[in-house]
Amino acid sequence: MLSVKNLKVSYGCIEAIKDVSFEVPSGKIVTLIGANGAGKTTTLRAVSGLEKTTGGTVFFQGKEITNMEAHRLVPLGISHVPEGRRIFPTLTARENLELAGWTIKDKKQVARRMEEVFFFFPRIKERASQLGGTLSGGEQQMLAVGRAMVTGGSLLLLDEPSMGLAPVLVEEIFEKIVEINRKGTTVLLVEQNAAEALDIADFAYVLEVGYTTISGPAKQIAADPRVREAYLGV
Amino acid sequence: MDSVINAQQIVNGLQLGSIYALIALGYTMVYGIVRLINFAHGDFYMVGAFAAYGAFYLFNAYLGSGGVLAFVVLILAMAASAAIAQLANRLAYKPLRYKPRLSSLVTAIGVSMFLEYLFSALPVIGPNPRGFPEIIPKRMFTVGSAEISNYVVIDITVAAVLMVGLTLLIRRTALGKAMRAVSQDKDAARLMGIDVEKIISATFLIGGAFAGAAGLLAGMTYPRIQPYMGILPGIKAFIAAVLGGIGNIPGAVLGAYIMGLAETFATSYNSLLGEGIAFVILILVLLVRPTGLLGEKTADKI
Repeated sequence: MLSVKNLKVSYGCIEAIKDVSFEVPSGKIVTLIGANGAGKTTTLRAVSGLEKTTGGTVFFQGKEITNMEAHRLVPLGISHVPEGRRIFPTLTARENLELAGWTIKDKKQVARRMEEVFFFFPRIKERASQLGGTLSGGEQQMLAVGRAMVTGGSLLLLDEPSMGLAPVLVEEIFEKIVEINRKGTTVLLVEQNAAEALDIADFAYVLEVGYTTISGPAKQIAADPRVREAYLGV
Repeated sequence: MDSVINAQQIVNGLQLGSIYALIALGYTMVYGIVRLINFAHGDFYMVGAFAAYGAFYLFNAYLGSGGVLAFVVLILAMAASAAIAQLANRLAYKPLRYKPRLSSLVTAIGVSMFLEYLFSALPVIGPNPRGFPEIIPKRMFTVGSAEISNYVVIDITVAAVLMVGLTLLIRRTALGKAMRAVSQDKDAARLMGIDVEKIISATFLIGGAFAGAAGLLAGMTYPRIQPYMGILPGIKAFIAAVLGGIGNIPGAVLGAYIMGLAETFATSYNSLLGEGIAFVILILVLLVRPTGLLGEKTADKI
């Protein structure tokens, strides 16, 4: 479904991504794990069009999307939940969700999807008329995932959904991710919390200083002694 | 003269404040959305005044003077200023959007001077002041101790209608939500599928249109127009936006009315003081409350 080959991204003269290649097969959960600064976030931002690439190609559903603008990729089916959630703080939770339906002409469909989000995250329904900035970290994360559900992409990019959350909430968010995936959405998950990510993923890639180094089925990666030592702390 | 502050001065101050408010809104909206202090904004107001002047002479013969003509002139003045604002956005500001902010600030000053000199150089306009026609016949009323002209009513009403319209647009419509979203977080807005450039264009168009309306009202009220007429009101409206908290829409309106009133009171005391009071206010705001009356956090302003 998503195929990234020899991706390069530079910030000025600093090459953040030097050579990253990976595949996300339809219907699966694929995770990119790696330390701080390995280039995980930059990779996701390049895929969703927020960052210009300086080399390599990105194909989505057989179509080249390299360097396409982010807002054009949304109607094609890429939903990106960015690092730090990026809720609009002075818009209400409901307005945040409504905006996610921006590219959808049929407003009844937006309303239906919002109902789904409210059903999926009852907490968001309770908080619907509260400003985004007043929600707790966990609620904001749910709202961020909810927005992605309203945009309705077939590929969901998730950047550190567990960041800054209490362990109970991390469990909950990961359960929701699995549930979304079961309903047919392909997931590309970036995580520092490698243990949790490997637990739910089908395939995994390890990113190190701008390169994809180790890859394979998640179970195999979780058992790899190099990964166990560096990322799982075993 | 019994006192500096009396009913007459309050009315005059509200009238001036209405014009400042329309200009200040464009400053603050553009700042809110692209963090640019658009120093050419006062010149968009000047363009509006000249467009109104031209439109009056084009349509006077067909429509006579009065309400219908005034409405047509208002629409054309707003359209002309919106078009100039959008042109400046596309040609001058867009290429510098994600470059250091000082570049676009200096460019804004360049756009401002370009418009002033261009209008001075155009043979049909030229540098000399010219009288502004009476689009609607002027009438005076006496209300209590104040002498009020119908222009006072027109200025305050037009500004109020436009401001209520803007508030509804921003609070209620999808475009308004998108504008708020883009001003808060451009990347997150892109991820919702919002074409950020389109929203920025819409902001320049609305801000420009408001300046155009202010240009017409100012032309009618203080009937002398010339290519440099936008400089001082532009600076004062900018100070009004800073006073209210730049980027904050109700703040700009509040700041503008405070400025209008302060200037009118100060002028009735001493006309030189009237010219200077704006800068006294600016210095006080920057010293005492740099975020402005309704502004929140402040990082770097320019």
